[in-house]
Amino acid sequence: MSGATSIEVRDLRKTYVVSEREPGAMAALRSLVRRRTTEVPAVDGISFDLVAGEIVGFLGPNGAGKTTTLKMLSGLLHPSGGEVTVLGHVPSRREKAFLQQITLVMGQRNQLVWDIPAADSFELNRAIYRIPIADYRETLDELVAMLELEPLLKKPVRTLSLGERMKCEIAAALLHRPRVVFLDEPTIGLDVTMQRRLRAFIAEYNRRYGATVLLTSHYMADVEALCRRVLVIHHGRLLFDGELSALVQRFTTHKTIMVRLEDCTADLRSYGEVISCEEGLVTLRVPKAATARVTERLLADLPVIDLTVEDPPIEEAIERVFAQETL
Amino acid sequence: MRGLAGLYAQQFKTSLASMFQYRAALVIWLIGHVLDPVVYLAVWSAVSRSSGGSVGGFDAAQFAAYFIVLMLVNHVTYTWIMYEYEYRVRQGMLSFALLRPVHPIHADIADNVSSKVITLPLIIAAAAVLGLLFRPSFHLVPWALAASAPALMLAFIVRFLMEWTLALAAFWTTRVSAINQTYFIAMLFLSGQMAPLSLLPPALQKIAAVLPFRWTTSFPVELILGRLDYAAALQGLGMQAAWLVLCLFLLRLTWRAGVRVYSAVGA
Repeated sequence: MSGATSIEVRDLRKTYVVSEREPGAMAALRSLVRRRTTEVPAVDGISFDLVAGEIVGFLGPNGAGKTTTLKMLSGLLHPSGGEVTVLGHVPSRREKAFLQQITLVMGQRNQLVWDIPAADSFELNRAIYRIPIADYRETLDELVAMLELEPLLKKPVRTLSLGERMKCEIAAALLHRPRVVFLDEPTIGLDVTMQRRLRAFIAEYNRRYGATVLLTSHYMADVEALCRRVLVIHHGRLLFDGELSALVQRFTTHKTIMVRLEDCTADLRSYGEVISCEEGLVTLRVPKAATARVTERLLADLPVIDLTVEDPPIEEAIERVFAQETL
Repeated sequence: MRGLAGLYAQQFKTSLASMFQYRAALVIWLIGHVLDPVVYLAVWSAVSRSSGGSVGGFDAAQFAAYFIVLMLVNHVTYTWIMYEYEYRVRQGMLSFALLRPVHPIHADIADNVSSKVITLPLIIAAAAVLGLLFRPSFHLVPWALAASAPALMLAFIVRFLMEWTLALAAFWTTRVSAINQTYFIAMLFLSGQMAPLSLLPPALQKIAAVLPFRWTTSFPVELILGRLDYAAALQGLGMQAAWLVLCLFLLRLTWRAGVRVYSAVGA
């Protein structure tokens, strides 16, 4: 990691002006004369920096402001306030030198031409980004190998499956070797195998080209596999910025102990909260501080075959971050 | 400039490949484009016959020549961009265009030109068939034919810029069809598509001479048919150039304002 800052965000804001009216014909007439509008803050003063080469996960529930932020970072939306620079450029100016170096992949939208093979769309992108032929061939070969695109290249895009199409979308978005990559739900709707493959690819791309990656996903597995650092956003505010492990440390109060016993009839309620008890496998939830003590007692008191201690799922930590915000 | 040429070449190939996927749609399109002038031709031929062989300086054979040439000129200059933009804005397809380091109009021009090239043989064949059926009479003037080349080129560019600019209305309103309807009616009457402009009342002719419609359609037709003198030809080319500059200016202005709106309300 070079340590150079690649994205700088200071007090970034985006307020949408939304017109609203009561239902009914009279209200419709009234709204002709006077339109009532409300301001909805989608992003409400967030600040963070990304170092070149980092992969950072951007987490938050639907409507938290993730996509709005990504769109401001890629120049599609004008911020209502605050400052952004990406690779030294102000995104909303949409300078060619800026657009040449970034990409935004939206898992729910397509840029490939529907009726022709992906290979033809790739060629079009070569022309659009003015990629020198030699570089283009090299990058394309690498992307084809990493994403296993060979059998897909010559089929019309409309005949591809969702997963196949997504792989082609990502390849198309990376042909110009962007130094900054924004991924908005890149694995949405894909099966587990395809999700895993895409994840491996994103990690590989980041390693090989030193690209900065900011990614949103509803799948925690994506985030756990790729991001050491996460930003958690809710109601337009940044609630957490730091290492994923620190998030779990800070926001979880309990650990999960799973014990396999020879005899399942024992009542373990005195050791902690019993979450489930199935076929000799008991899952207990205990306060973090008590973990060591409880483990010791379990091993001493009962015929334990196997025992594991785990952090609760990351979803739980994140839910707690959100819950905290509402306090 | 070389990069732009490369882009056009590639976009051209892409559009060709896309178009060949829809051969049936091409045929339907062709029928529409041929039927239109045939209807006007039939009507005006009947009118000229019933009023003693000629109306406003056009006999049946001259009407035939007018509408056949009009069909060819219209083929060169027409665009479908106004239908497309609303869809693009709604579907968020414009976001991808805005992420690219190239002005999106280039892709549209290349797409338009490539589809015209594909359909040109069809429309020429259609013109030949109409020629056999309606027996047009041509009065070809070499210098006017030569002048019709730049006139046709300018007509295409002006119409493209004008309709591309109007299509941007989709940034402000979701009801673009009202704007489109108004435009197409003006186009129908004032461009010479429904009748040669010399048949219009003098007041309307004066209006048509100032507005851009005539310069995108009927002016090249009149040149090809040898109906204009030097002065009128020069004046026409001048009007086209003036509209070109104005449209370019309006397009830049509207595009910037439109993108500002688009990126304010949520792309």
